[in-house]
Amino acid sequence: MEERKPLLEVKGLKQYFKGSRQFTVKAVDGVDFVIYPGETYGLVGESGSGKSTIGRSVIRLYKPTAGQILFNGMDISGNLTNQQNQQLRTQMQMIFQDPMACLNPRKKVGEIIAQGLDIHHLYKNHAERQQKVADILRKVGLAPEHADRYPHQFSGGQRQRVGIARALIMDPKLIIADECISALDVSIQAQVVNLMKDLQEETGTAYLFIAHDLSMVKYISDRIGVLHLGHLVETGTTEEIFNNPVHPYTQSLLSAIPQPDPRTERDRVAKTYDYKQAGVDYHVGKRQHLEGTHYVLATDEELAKWTAKS
Amino acid sequence: MEYADREHVLSIRDLSITFKTGAGPVNAIRGVNIDLYKGETLAVVGESGSGKSVTFKAAMGILASNSIVNSGSITYTYHHNDGTTATVDLLKMKTKDIRRHINGKRIAMIFQDPMTSLDPTMPIGKQIMEGMIWHYKTPKKEAWAKAVRLLEEVGIDEPEKRMRQYPHQLSGGMRQRVVIAIALACDPDLLICDEPTTALDVTIQAKILELIKRVQAERGISVIYITHDLGVVAKVADFVNVMYAGKIVETGTIDEIFYDPRHPYTWGLLSAMPDLDTDDARLYTIPGSPPNLLHPVPGDAFAPRNSYALNIDERMEPPMFKVSDTHYAATWLLDERAPKVEMPKELRARIQRMMKEAN
Repeated sequence: MEERKPLLEVKGLKQYFKGSRQFTVKAVDGVDFVIYPGETYGLVGESGSGKSTIGRSVIRLYKPTAGQILFNGMDISGNLTNQQNQQLRTQMQMIFQDPMACLNPRKKVGEIIAQGLDIHHLYKNHAERQQKVADILRKVGLAPEHADRYPHQFSGGQRQRVGIARALIMDPKLIIADECISALDVSIQAQVVNLMKDLQEETGTAYLFIAHDLSMVKYISDRIGVLHLGHLVETGTTEEIFNNPVHPYTQSLLSAIPQPDPRTERDRVAKTYDYKQAGVDYHVGKRQHLEGTHYVLATDEELAKWTAKS
Repeated sequence: MEYADREHVLSIRDLSITFKTGAGPVNAIRGVNIDLYKGETLAVVGESGSGKSVTFKAAMGILASNSIVNSGSITYTYHHNDGTTATVDLLKMKTKDIRRHINGKRIAMIFQDPMTSLDPTMPIGKQIMEGMIWHYKTPKKEAWAKAVRLLEEVGIDEPEKRMRQYPHQLSGGMRQRVVIAIALACDPDLLICDEPTTALDVTIQAKILELIKRVQAERGISVIYITHDLGVVAKVADFVNVMYAGKIVETGTIDEIFYDPRHPYTWGLLSAMPDLDTDDARLYTIPGSPPNLLHPVPGDAFAPRNSYALNIDERMEPPMFKVSDTHYAATWLLDERAPKVEMPKELRARIQRMMKEAN
């Protein structure tokens, strides 16, 4: 497993936004993680923790302030050449949160899906283009006839399928799914998550799955990174994070997941974690190795304290 | 729990509401019955479009202008300050009277998105005081003092300073706390929470729910939760109504719904919840999507998505079958002539595990 060559390597990524001359928002402050081909990396954290910013920096909607992003062995954190840009735009795709807002309401679904093909000239003739659109629609559980409809004629779950089809048609190596199920109903969420899992098995695409709902992340992810205030406080395989959460923030996140079990749920009080009161300074902590791929951000004393308790 | 001498607060009977749309009339609510008793917590669960919000918007008199109430009644019972009881039908009241005597003062509502339910141009202190001044003509100084107390009660630190701040200066969780403070400002005896935590993330969600629970216990008020999240329901509710396509399909106490569900739709909802303890590769899903109520639905509206559907489901709508005194479900599977059908294996296993854990 250690021998595999990573598809995406993020090293010390920093993304700052200048608010004013005196004030800079440090949205992402030194984050390292890797994604291997064909696996799903789940990124969780509360709103404002910088998880969406990481996704957008990786796909280069922002220019990273510092740090290195290696995609397929190619450095994509600096200025991109035309050729690099083209490679990046075809091999990495994004699925957005709100399926209504991210589809152009004045274009037919077929046009929306084929837009990437049009831009990169990935078909020889019209028939091949239609064929590709029809294939991808069938793959995501829609009918080829749906290509002639407009986004508003679909339900939320179907629209998100269109979003997935649009990303998938480029045959990408990595899909960044930014809160792609948060806007959907519980029963539809399950449908979309199952679809994404099936498609991964079929195409071998890697996902960077960004969400705040840990229970869904658990279902889809191979490895998880927990993000808080722009720092990756804990990362490891799904089992490592869920069976042995070390960082108090991870523990509070896990304890807050609602369970469909009234008897235990009624009396349970979620653990609270307050950065100011906990007396943890993310800037002093360093990446501590626990076991396997399990890392936690802590100083030596903190690590000793946290592991002793559990 | 004793169910005999409970005091009715809200009772909805045979409610039917139609919306006039460009494509034709949409029968969004098709005969809903809901009962709420004093001091209890009721949850209404359903997918988007099942009509759960519309039902309680009708109770608040804030339905959209293209809606028609076909039939039904919403009776609300409350106490005047001198101890006399009054019972009114909210559907027959004039909008002006509802605004004057009911909204805010008796029944308060908390909406989903705290950013859109607060006025961005007004400091939050003023927004909390507004209702008290309007309903009770409270002197401004007194109202200010009460608003500060309320902010403290909902867990906002430095309340004096916050009073002068605007909504955009607060985080999402804080804003929802302010909305709760506004709702509590006029001491209502019924709180309707319409997806109070959907826009918030899990850690804050847990805190807000704990806050509402605490406030309810302290003040002895009744609370209605409208939500699609069964985890939220499990945490807070005493009674659950499951709603599908404008009808209540199953109603019962929380234990009956979670440990002994009878309707296939409830089975589906419960199975679709991801469970942290199992490692199944796939999540259970309810196939298809909810019906379009633009067209009349013959028989059981859930039948096309129901793998347990019987022939009769396509012709006749099932009545509410009684399971116990508090537990009713609208499915033909409970008819004595129906074949014996068990809930899905996985769900049964999960419930058994939950029961074991609890004991």
